[in-house]
Amino acid sequence: MGISSKLGNLGLVTTTLETAVNWGRTGAMWPLLFGLACCAIEMMSTQASDYDMSRFGMELNRASPRQSDLIIVAGRVTRKMAPVVRQLYDQMADPKWVIAMGDCASCGGVYNNYAVVQGVDEIIPVDVYIAGCPPRPEQLIHGVLTLHEKIKTERIRNWAS
Amino acid sequence: MQIAPALDPLQSLQEKFPEAIVFIKTFREELTIVVQPNAILEIMTYLRNTPGLVYNFLSDISSVDYYPHTPSEERPERYGVSYHIYSMLYNRRLRIKVFAAEDEPVIPTIISVYPGANWLEREILDLMGIRFEGHPDQRRLLMPDDWNGHPARRDVPMGKEMVQFSFNVEDIMKHKPHASSSN
Repeated sequence: MGISSKLGNLGLVTTTLETAVNWGRTGAMWPLLFGLACCAIEMMSTQASDYDMSRFGMELNRASPRQSDLIIVAGRVTRKMAPVVRQLYDQMADPKWVIAMGDCASCGGVYNNYAVVQGVDEIIPVDVYIAGCPPRPEQLIHGVLTLHEKIKTERIRNWAS
Repeated sequence: MQIAPALDPLQSLQEKFPEAIVFIKTFREELTIVVQPNAILEIMTYLRNTPGLVYNFLSDISSVDYYPHTPSEERPERYGVSYHIYSMLYNRRLRIKVFAAEDEPVIPTIISVYPGANWLEREILDLMGIRFEGHPDQRRLLMPDDWNGHPARRDVPMGKEMVQFSFNVEDIMKHKPHASSSN
């Protein structure tokens, strides 16, 4: 009820600020072009036709971290690459989210040794973990939609963090 | 175009470098010749340049750590380096092995013969610790620049992370400061 019933056909909607901002954030979330290893192939095929991620707003991948909201860490992170990942994450502007795609980014995967970082959450905070080696495009899309649902539950007091 | 007839590599090497050959092994038509490390550059030059023996392609250089080491005729030292070379003209392969001592493993570089050995030797320097003297770029290749130690040696532990049970979950979570169920 409220204002909208009095306005008739004027084309006005009322909503909360949180809903509007969260809808805007999930609607066009552009990921950083960051495929490290085999999971990148699945990420590419998810971006391509037939499992299209553009349906969910991820129209294209930006090459610059300053222009992207999301980093999908697709693949194993070696000890030599770890400072680079941290620097890219620091260069991204708020609000930013992280998806750890695949087993190697979540927990080190099959590589339990000196050279591979055992899960990218040693370096950067992760929002959604996707299991799989590699995860199928449907699983990556499910992870993305889970992230969208997580963002839709964010409150105003979480924004200024 | 005249192609010189193929020479037998073992016979040619035994005639030219009789004192450098340490051990010979033949296994299922694969020939392995163990030579002294100070003669490796001359041997590689000879194998590449002689018509009849044209080994013009370096396939790989790999290194082995025989730990714990007991000296034998086939393996005189702890570290072995194998050069796999291939002759595109005669379609045959050869393996030349050298052995380097345990305390100060140094082998002359073969970059002047095969320029592709640059990164192959750098990888061996990084992971096994065998120095190649004469190499123009002695930096680490695969590990970070400030890494201590040589990971491919057999007395270096693997660096595994323990399986997470309830008794060691605190120790494991110390390495993952950003892992949390909700942030």
